[in-house]
Amino acid sequence: MEFKENQAIYLQIANRFFENILKGKWASGDKIPSIRDMAVEFEVNPNTTMRTFNYLQEKGIIYNKRGIGYFLADDGLEKTIALKKEQFIEEDLPVFFKTMQLLGLSFEDLKAYFSKYSGASV
Amino acid sequence: MIALNDIHFRYKKKKQLFENLNLSLQPGFIYGLLGKNGAGKSSLLKLISGLLYPDSGECRVFGYDASARKPAMLQDIYLVPEEFNLPPISLATFVNINSVFYSKFSHNQLQAYLAEFELQEEDKLSTLSYGQKKKFLIAFGLATNARLLILDEPTNGLDIPSKSQFRKIMAASLDEDKIIVISTHQVRDLENLIDNIVVLEHGNIIFNQNIAAISERLAFEYNLAGIPEGEVLYAEELQGRKAGIVKNLSGQDSRVDLELLFNGIIKNAPVINEQFAKLNYEY
Repeated sequence: MEFKENQAIYLQIANRFFENILKGKWASGDKIPSIRDMAVEFEVNPNTTMRTFNYLQEKGIIYNKRGIGYFLADDGLEKTIALKKEQFIEEDLPVFFKTMQLLGLSFEDLKAYFSKYSGASV
Repeated sequence: MIALNDIHFRYKKKKQLFENLNLSLQPGFIYGLLGKNGAGKSSLLKLISGLLYPDSGECRVFGYDASARKPAMLQDIYLVPEEFNLPPISLATFVNINSVFYSKFSHNQLQAYLAEFELQEEDKLSTLSYGQKKKFLIAFGLATNARLLILDEPTNGLDIPSKSQFRKIMAASLDEDKIIVISTHQVRDLENLIDNIVVLEHGNIIFNQNIAAISERLAFEYNLAGIPEGEVLYAEELQGRKAGIVKNLSGQDSRVDLELLFNGIIKNAPVINEQFAKLNYEY
């Protein structure tokens, strides 16, 4: 995997976890791959993936069954959506609004584009 | 654990290389030893593995004095050098002769690594390319299960798929008992594997930090335009733009760019080190 963004690697790996959760690849109660398996997959130090797991555990998205492994929490999907929504609103939206202002795009313009987009993607 | 205490060392008829060198390496981590050519990296690795003796001071490896070269210590160390000469024998013969020196040697692991690197046991070492020889030594070194694995420029000579296999194998083999020391100039190849950066310059350790602390304190920017001068710690021209190291004030851990970090440290280590003065991060 190529790590490009300015975010720490362990957070970029966390984003990959979120993708798996949002796309339904991992469901509530599923056992997820181990810290080491993930380190091998992403070709990073296991201490880095351990930080990813600690981070997700702190957020209540995964939990650890001692000696068995890590599992997706029952409300893992809801928590992931809430977290990603917060990130989207705090980080992505301001950039988006700034670009809108720069280009002189109005909400009406946006609505038109959005209905075109959702019409095309259904 | 490995502890170098007040090491003094010089090669005959040359000027002092190490003066009062102190370094401690803990199990469970991969250390990246960086430095320009001639900074003393290979000499430091040789001191640790008992191949050079300090003029004064002591290097302790798992409780042993490295220069005593006790078999109990040596069976727990494997060093893959940058340059090597291998005899004109088959891989299997080499393994039969050398594996006996390592009490924890695993033939099963070796088979798996050789398969991963696409090496055949019946091939003669002398017929292999430099990269293949290197892969063989890495595979052998890992199979010894030595607690201290020292790799001098391990990715030199490896093709692109082999570099990826190498990273996967390293990620799989690090455990809480192991100390892995990698000396390299190819920082891009190993950027995400290393968790402690040690920089050597003229025989002095001018930087020694954990990657978690680095990503907390420093940020790496590829366009410095608009960033207040007081926040910029190091700047360089990169494809027409100014890239550099800045203070990490975002509260978000940054991705560490080892090449920029190394350049910044070589240019002005005190400015970079200042950012770690009040460090209270616990890994």
